[in-house]
Amino acid sequence: MRESALLEIEGLTVRLASGAARPVLDGVSLRVAEGETVGLVGESGSGKSVTGRSVLGLMPDGAEVTGSVRVAGRDVLALPPARLREVRRREVAMVFQDPRASINPVRRIGDFVTEGLRAGGTPMRAALKAAEELLESVGIEQPRRALRRFPHEFSGGMLQRVMIAGALAGGPRLLLADEPTTALDVTTQAEVISILTRLQAERGTGMLFVTHDLDLAAAVCDRIYVMYAGRIVEEQTTDGLFAHPRHPYTAGLLAATPRLESDEPPRGVPGRPVSLAEDPEGCAFAARCRFAAPGCAAERPPLRPVDGVSVACLRAEELVHD
Amino acid sequence: MALFLLKRLAGMVATLFATALAVFGSIYLAPGDPAVFLMKGRPATPETLAAIRAQYHLNDPFAVQFGKWLGGVLTGDFGRSVQFRQDVGGLIAARLPTTLWLVAYAALLILVAGLAVGAVAALRRGVADRIVLVGTGVATATPAFVAAIGLITVFSVKLHWFPAFGNGTGFGGRITHLTLPAVALALTFAGLLARVTRSSMLEALAREHVEVARSRGVPGATVVRRHVLRNSLGPISTVTGTVVAGLLVSTSIVETAFGLSGVGQLLVSSVTVKDFPVVQAVSLLVVFAFVLANLLVDLVQPLIDPRVKGAAR
Repeated sequence: MRESALLEIEGLTVRLASGAARPVLDGVSLRVAEGETVGLVGESGSGKSVTGRSVLGLMPDGAEVTGSVRVAGRDVLALPPARLREVRRREVAMVFQDPRASINPVRRIGDFVTEGLRAGGTPMRAALKAAEELLESVGIEQPRRALRRFPHEFSGGMLQRVMIAGALAGGPRLLLADEPTTALDVTTQAEVISILTRLQAERGTGMLFVTHDLDLAAAVCDRIYVMYAGRIVEEQTTDGLFAHPRHPYTAGLLAATPRLESDEPPRGVPGRPVSLAEDPEGCAFAARCRFAAPGCAAERPPLRPVDGVSVACLRAEELVHD
Repeated sequence: MALFLLKRLAGMVATLFATALAVFGSIYLAPGDPAVFLMKGRPATPETLAAIRAQYHLNDPFAVQFGKWLGGVLTGDFGRSVQFRQDVGGLIAARLPTTLWLVAYAALLILVAGLAVGAVAALRRGVADRIVLVGTGVATATPAFVAAIGLITVFSVKLHWFPAFGNGTGFGGRITHLTLPAVALALTFAGLLARVTRSSMLEALAREHVEVARSRGVPGATVVRRHVLRNSLGPISTVTGTVVAGLLVSTSIVETAFGLSGVGQLLVSSVTVKDFPVVQAVSLLVVFAFVLANLLVDLVQPLIDPRVKGAAR
């Protein structure tokens, strides 16, 4: 698996230009294998979206970046612009959170779906033919007519299907999904997820699924990374994570999710996330952690293997949550 | 679409009627008796004044006078100029080509300079943006007559590049004679359009779909054309429409400064001597230009943004 990594982020650190106290991303490393679905879960502000965008080489303006982001062996952060555009057209594509904002409202649906293809030199006719098939595969009715229609004539769910079609147009090997259903209502969420996962499986596309919703990630992903304050704090298989979360933050997130089968009310994680203006010396989660020991606030725990999973917690050996 | 056009045309007619009434009525609010003016300062007995009033229908009730005038306007008869003792229609028709050339020339300059400067400011932040902001500030604040004097001093008197006076004949002659007037006319509005273009493009640039397009490997120039410029056309077209219609008014200053015999100069000379039929006709022409420009802008809006209701198919 190590050799065939499709996406390999190593030690990615991103510092904003506007003098925040701590980096937005602090030594983030993660991998997605060919055809694998990997979740990246965290609260808003944890850096999960920045990580997702970095795979496309989209960095905040003026950010100071170290580390590498390799897609099929090429570091997108070091590619010349023309090669980066090629990677964006053929290798990696993103399904963005809000289709209404992400699709130009004054251009036709066909324009959106074919945009990447035409930028890559595909003739208009062939691009439209491909777009029609893609729209059909994501369940848009009368795809040929839909090509001529405008975004405001579609519902949010339909528009997110259009976005998926647009992302798949270049035949990418890696899909990035940044909260792809957060802007949708619950019933359409399920439809969009099933379309996304079906097409991904059919095409053998790898996927990095970025979400704040641990349950949704569990439904979609093989493996999950949990992020907190710009760092990966835990990584395990989905089953393992739900059965035995090793980091107190992961355990807290799981306990905070309301469950039908449980009589216990959900318990929120006390306190609030660390803002960019704060840079706690030790573990960033220590201030909110039920299990915090005196050493936690002093020393920053590295991500290390414990019982076959990766976790960044000083007390990972003693604590097994369930 | 047909219904939309019909509604717009009805609105246009109503606007024109209302402004015709206002234009005609305002003459009667202005101080000064046209009959006295017609005597050109010569002593007049009450009898002669009465005779003149009768000749120009000045004694009829307002509604009747307005009706007669409007009836004439509708058949293309704007009355006779008191000053030139000619048909107003003919007077305007003779001067209209110069004015239209001037307006077209200035409009072209405004569009090209305004869009280019505004786009540069929006896309190249920093020093270029700073320079553009100051430059457009100065341009917008410079009155056309000041610009005219400056341009004549530099380019006619010192450098002898362009003539300072007259209409010119033939296409080349017109262009050389109208260049300085057009620049003087365009300066303020080009600054205005540059600012509108800049802010409109900055707003479009901040939209998420711009970054989405970049993230899909679309080259920068294509993104700017298809997602930034294209999406900022709404405010740009609205301002352009109003500005071009307004140029007709500003020609009065520039034509006077450069000694061009156009409609603007005709308006100025007619106002000073209270040549009411001419003033009325030119005012109506200006209002007509505004209404027409607004109609065009409204027709273009749904093509620019499909979410605007109206011409939707």
